[in-house]
Amino acid sequence: MGLTIADLKKGERGIIIDSSSKDIPLKLLEMGCLPGNEVKLLQLAPFSDPLYLNVNDSFLAIRKDTAALILIDRIDG
Amino acid sequence: MFNALTGLNQKVGNYPGITVDKKEGVCKLSRGVKAHILDLPGTYSLNASSIDENVVIELLLNKKDKDFPDVAVVVADVENLKRNLLLFTQIKDLKIPTLLVINMNDVMARKGITLDIPKLEKLLNTKIALVSTRKGTGLQVLKSLIEGYRTLPKTQCLDATGIDPNYFDRLQKAFPNQEVYKLWLVIAQDVNFGKLARKELDVSQFRTKSISELKRLQQQEAIKRYQFINGVLKTCQVIDRSKAKDLRSKLDRILTHKIWGYLIFFGILMTIFQAIYDWATFPMDLIDTTFASLAEWVKNSFPNGGKLTELVAEGVVSGIGGVVIFIPQIAFLFLFISILEESGYMSRVVFLMDRIMRRFGISGKSVVPLISGTACAIPAVMATRNIENWKERLITILVVPFTTCAARLPVYLIIIALIIPEGTFLGFSFQALTLMSLYLIGFGMAIFSAYILDRVMKKERKSFFVVEMPNYKLPLLKNVLITVIEKTKTFVLEAGKIILAISIVLWVMASFGPGEKFKNAESIVTQNNADIPKFELDDKIAAYRLEHSYIGIVGKTIEPVIKPLGYDWKIGIGLVASFAAREVFVGTLATIYSVGSASEGENIDTIKTKMANERYSDGRKVFTLASGISLLLFYAFAMQCMSTLAIVKRETKSWKWPMVQLVGMSIIAYIFALIAFQILN
Repeated sequence: MGLTIADLKKGERGIIIDSSSKDIPLKLLEMGCLPGNEVKLLQLAPFSDPLYLNVNDSFLAIRKDTAALILIDRIDG
Repeated sequence: MFNALTGLNQKVGNYPGITVDKKEGVCKLSRGVKAHILDLPGTYSLNASSIDENVVIELLLNKKDKDFPDVAVVVADVENLKRNLLLFTQIKDLKIPTLLVINMNDVMARKGITLDIPKLEKLLNTKIALVSTRKGTGLQVLKSLIEGYRTLPKTQCLDATGIDPNYFDRLQKAFPNQEVYKLWLVIAQDVNFGKLARKELDVSQFRTKSISELKRLQQQEAIKRYQFINGVLKTCQVIDRSKAKDLRSKLDRILTHKIWGYLIFFGILMTIFQAIYDWATFPMDLIDTTFASLAEWVKNSFPNGGKLTELVAEGVVSGIGGVVIFIPQIAFLFLFISILEESGYMSRVVFLMDRIMRRFGISGKSVVPLISGTACAIPAVMATRNIENWKERLITILVVPFTTCAARLPVYLIIIALIIPEGTFLGFSFQALTLMSLYLIGFGMAIFSAYILDRVMKKERKSFFVVEMPNYKLPLLKNVLITVIEKTKTFVLEAGKIILAISIVLWVMASFGPGEKFKNAESIVTQNNADIPKFELDDKIAAYRLEHSYIGIVGKTIEPVIKPLGYDWKIGIGLVASFAAREVFVGTLATIYSVGSASEGENIDTIKTKMANERYSDGRKVFTLASGISLLLFYAFAMQCMSTLAIVKRETKSWKWPMVQLVGMSIIAYIFALIAFQILN
């Protein structure tokens, strides 16, 4: 398994490279969680779960287990 | 938007067979032209994942539906334009004339957003209205665009079938008379939302792809649409991020903070609680005394105290008073809940609470129903619909009735006033503290039983939890007020019907009785008490009559069961009546006690005084600390609301779960009330 959204630290960004797992809800894809789009981790709830993200200009929160299904490339800086 | 167009000129109904609110209204477009406006539930796309969203799809797919629109108006937020355009392009593919409204254009400058509207209109094949519901601008433009809907192009924005031309070709050939995109939606719908019976369009035999292939195709559709949308926005939208004052991240830093976030949340809960107890008591007292004098007025001014006058004064007026007295508190609750939701704060609470709630087998999204449950369990059960995981949703539905709903309040308030002394502890009154403990007990029981249910029920792994974190906004007063008025009205009317009916039934049952003892009450009592004064005799006769009326017989029959809890047969009648709706308790006792005391010419006391003076035949008070606490606990835990049971049946589609609730909660209530009374007495 490569890097996923669950591996990001607060404030870090990445580019989604794969979000095709069948356990990812369609709604998440519709909100823009698709390959090529940028994702930024804005905030973590206690116990690092759920995660508060900005994806493709959508602001949303997902649980860690879902985040761990979305593969990304980290953007440095 | 809907409120801005229709104002109070709207009505809320139900879609047949399901409990999704159907909001309709009328809007005057120009001189002599009115539009019938239907507000559909919000959705991100035409792929439904809840009953609410499904309403939208079913309507847009069915040209024969009487509500099928002449024109669809898609309302997009200027800040979420990209995402809202997904739905827009889908509706365009159904070849329905579609208008685009871009709302909140008043914040554009502040957020550094500029839009090239003419170009956007051209690329999207539509007309666009820039509107601000907050400032009330742009509505005229929108109205004239709606009026001219016939000139709107019906052409689609992009060809989504390009994601798999072969498949869509074959689909079109199989159903040559149908829109291919409509067919695709129906197929996709069945994957998302389970099979629905369709007369008009049956695609079940066209099964050339597996479910995972279909899901894959849906994903490709979303990608394709976003490619189009991103392309369009690249040429028509400029965002200068340096201009954006970042209120969101500043507020989020505090409101979702690991410590401050929770402190603020509990602070807000405390404020709501204080408001319900403190601010609402004045109007409530006013209503209480007003109705007491109204009952007296009816009694004195209607002709010579016949049976009908008695029915109006004792049954109907007391009954209605029992409903009206709720209005201040319910209005306050709905006020706070709608402010929390409108401001965008509720999503932050969901985010903060999810991990903790999951420990108890429910979701962060369960917090919203649990809070709404403090108003009424019915909207709360309906608010569970956006919980994606069925097990978490079911557990939430099952435990929500434990939270202290508005219907319990009158019972609590009156009993607390009777048994808890005045006085303060650390600045809080004993009575307020007792009420707060009752809220905590209810909430604690909800969480505890969720935990138990989670252990008992079988595991379900997938979570599918997605929460949108909207921008913070100042709630619009108009929206908040409309919500409060609508919800309060519905609640009072619904509860009012039940209460009124029960009051009348109770009054009839208390005023008539079988057998000789009821008929000859006067002579029997006079014989046995020859030498007491007249007014005391009258009281004794009335009491004797009540005891042998139909309702007295019911009360006496269940007395052995409730005696260990510290209740007499009159309270028993209240309990029995409460199984229809707990708010009838106070009204029931009021009815019973006014029927019981016959003394003519005396002031009609308020319910509270009547209850305080109620004694057993040996002179002991009926309402003591022990029996009061026992009664409070019984009402805290018992499932006494037919409307909630009915809604749970509808939402879970079986009688099994409402029955589990009814039996389980009643047993818990009985046990706790029993223990409390036996220890305190």
